[in-house]
Amino acid sequence: MQFDQILQYSLSGLSTGAIYALIGVGFSIIFNATGIINFAQGEFVMLGGMFTLLFLETLKLPLWAAIPCAIVASTVAGLLFERLAIRPLRQATPINLVIITIGGSILIRGLAMLSWGKDTHAIPPFSGDDPIAIAGATILPQHLWILAITVIIVIVNRIYFYHTISGKAMRACAYNRRAAGLVGIDVHRMVLFSFIISSAMGSIAGIIVAPLTMTAYDVGIMLGLKGFCAAIIGGMSSGIATVIGGLLLGVLESLGAGLISSGYKDAIAFIILLLILFIRPQGLFGKAESERV
Amino acid sequence: MLEISRITQIFGGVTALEDVSFAVKKGNITGVIGPNGAGKTTLFNIITGIYTQTSGTVFLEGKDISGLPPEKLARKGLVRTFQNIELFGQMTVRENVMVGMHTKSSCGMLSCALKTPWSVSEEHRIREGAVRWLEFAGITDLADVTSGNLPFGKGRLLEIARALAVEPTIMLMDEPAAGLNSQETLALGLLIKQIRDMGITVVLVEHDMELVMDICDRIVVLNLGRKLAEGTPREIQENTEVIAAYLGEDD
Amino acid sequence: MKRELLKFGVFAILVLLAPLLFSGGYLMNVLVFVGINTMLAIGLNLLLGNAGQISLGHAGFFGMGAYISGILTATYAWNPWFAMPLAAVVVGLLAFLIGFPILKLKGHYLAMATLGLGIIVFIVFNETVDLTGGPSGLSGIPNLTMGSVTFDSDVKNYYLIWGFTLMIVLFAVNLANSRVGRALRAVHDSEVAAKVLGVNTSLLKVQIFTLSAVISSLAGSLYAHTMTFVAPASFGFNFSVELLTMVVIGGLGSVYGSFLGAALLTLLPEFLRAAHDYDIIIYGGLLMLMVMFMPGGLVRGVPDLFRKLFRRGKESGHA
Ligand SMILES: Nc1ncnc2c1ncn2[C@@H]1O[C@H](COP(=O)(O)OP(=O)(O)O)[C@@H](O)[C@H]1O
Ligand SMILES: [Mg+2]
Repeated sequence: MQFDQILQYSLSGLSTGAIYALIGVGFSIIFNATGIINFAQGEFVMLGGMFTLLFLETLKLPLWAAIPCAIVASTVAGLLFERLAIRPLRQATPINLVIITIGGSILIRGLAMLSWGKDTHAIPPFSGDDPIAIAGATILPQHLWILAITVIIVIVNRIYFYHTISGKAMRACAYNRRAAGLVGIDVHRMVLFSFIISSAMGSIAGIIVAPLTMTAYDVGIMLGLKGFCAAIIGGMSSGIATVIGGLLLGVLESLGAGLISSGYKDAIAFIILLLILFIRPQGLFGKAESERV
Repeated sequence: MLEISRITQIFGGVTALEDVSFAVKKGNITGVIGPNGAGKTTLFNIITGIYTQTSGTVFLEGKDISGLPPEKLARKGLVRTFQNIELFGQMTVRENVMVGMHTKSSCGMLSCALKTPWSVSEEHRIREGAVRWLEFAGITDLADVTSGNLPFGKGRLLEIARALAVEPTIMLMDEPAAGLNSQETLALGLLIKQIRDMGITVVLVEHDMELVMDICDRIVVLNLGRKLAEGTPREIQENTEVIAAYLGEDD
Repeated sequence: MKRELLKFGVFAILVLLAPLLFSGGYLMNVLVFVGINTMLAIGLNLLLGNAGQISLGHAGFFGMGAYISGILTATYAWNPWFAMPLAAVVVGLLAFLIGFPILKLKGHYLAMATLGLGIIVFIVFNETVDLTGGPSGLSGIPNLTMGSVTFDSDVKNYYLIWGFTLMIVLFAVNLANSRVGRALRAVHDSEVAAKVLGVNTSLLKVQIFTLSAVISSLAGSLYAHTMTFVAPASFGFNFSVELLTMVVIGGLGSVYGSFLGAALLTLLPEFLRAAHDYDIIIYGGLLMLMVMFMPGGLVRGVPDLFRKLFRRGKESGHA
């Protein structure tokens, strides 16, 4: 086992990890605003890739135009999902919410399968695929795109949550939904916002990763679940802790797949998920809280 | 009977209880009063094993019970009711009380699933036994109502009946009169006295001063997590510190 | 109590007579699967409907039962009647051990943890090729035999499977109306109140989780011996979700509801053969519609619907 091998795995792990991080932050944003774990989160990642494909190939748009169109389309899907599935729910118990978001994810996946078939599709990389050498390892330009876009989104996210009125209102909801309602914050609107933001982020993740991994109607399940693992490691934070969680997961997974066994790659994420939930359910960096009676 | 010794509870940065000590005598009704946020519910949560205190000890009949889970304490005869009633809302009133008899029965999963003769006779005994507590609380006519549909006052009575079904030696009640009208409160006072007369020690958190002064043998006053005073109802009523703490309070 | 016995009697008679109506047809084969799925749904419902604890990993326990039975009988030539209880014990032990940490979790976290568990098990089925045959599956599993009878036809299997299913129905009905069933429902409604009344809720949750896993394992063993072939694809996340759908559609906490849900979801794809690819949409849509409009499931929702229709009919009669 050589150093450059480890470096190689870590580098490619970082870019997958960045994807998990984006999806994980999306999970956390909805969870914090609403208390819902949105099992359909992964489907918006899938929709990002598939809509890009639609605009590229069916409508013959250039890539730079297809991408924003795809983000808008997926975000509209997220908005519709909140309006049609989440808001009308009368008995919003955790179990019912789990079930309805699972139902939604199956439905979205099914519709995608009907529209685009079961094949996997390729999306061209944003700027060619000539490998770049770094200290004995090589990476693709798309890896750099992924890392750069993730950094930008994390920064924009931070600015939104800490320096805009609606972002601050959202944090107030996360802290205490009832109190936020009492001081005049429109909680319903914040819930809708959280779905919009997280479906937009999810679709961006899906778009930037598609050139590396290809895309198909069913890529959302695994990506969504891995994103959730990232969020759990980060203690459901919608900030940097979940980003670190995602990167950590990506790197560990990539190292495990490379050095131990590629067949068990997906198992690594879930073993980490279980360990965190068993040992530190508040996340790697969080403090324990007691439940009120 | 019950002794609280130097209990401190810190949540994050908030000190909910600080060095609180007092003792509850067997057969007494002891009142715990204090403004909202004084730490009364937190104290109950610690005594009943729902929270683990930051420091300090709880003794029941001389034995250290700190850190024991609620279900163990129930078997030792310690039960409570909740400030925000915690009924089994999808079950009938009778079934709620039958759950209260859990510790007084023993059939396991297999025995129940196979419906052994032993489990059938035990089930019969539980069903009969529950009636006694429904009668005691005066809600026999509601036995087959789904408890989630009960009016608030009846819900309080059911919670008390259910706790009595455990056949406790000591019972903690968290604001049992909250949300009751004056007639219901009066009846509740009589019921609590009856419970004491059955030999059950009662600890009562309550804001209704009339009720507290009427039925309590001793009173402990908490304010901002500290014990402010302790004594007979008369002593408390005359205590200047207590009066000062309550001035400007709506409660 | 008498009513429960009557219901069970009617149900059992219907089950025993069904082959007279459908015998010979392809439907017999489907009805065998209805039986297996009914067992699985009842098992999950004990956990979800009674105790209010979700599991998205039950396909894993089902698969473990199937694989342990399959491997012991096909590869090591064990007697199936010994392999089946051994599988149940192994799966039960595993569920018991993992149950303590996993059932400390609540709501969404529990859903995710059980889901993770199910996926790990699924990956193990795929990767331990020497043992399980990997993705292409394990074949050559023998049929069950009893004396000189070999359960190798649809009708024989029907009676075998439904014999077990009826036992589990009775088992679950008894449990629901007992001291333990009440304690489980108490945990569902208010765990803290149940504790204060002396119910050891952590242990109880682990016990029902274990029981539910054992029932799934038993269904898995029976599945392996009737199919004589098993492959990982039958035990993935999708099947866990399908089980959840059966329980929710039938009605949380209702034993006969589990049967309805299992029957509907097993028969539906057969009737929708023409619309093969649409079944995933129908699942998703059904799941959402049920939670939105019939959160009590078919067993409660349909009678409610009739009551409403009837009342409306009467009102318009007056006008
Ligand atoms: N689980 C908890 N986590 C954090 N703070 C808590 C918790 N439980 C109670 N507190 C705090 O402890 C203090 C005392 O609360 P409580 O015991 O409910 O008061 P009381 O019952 O006397 O009105 C309050 O400041 C409350 O916010
Ligand atoms: Mg209180």
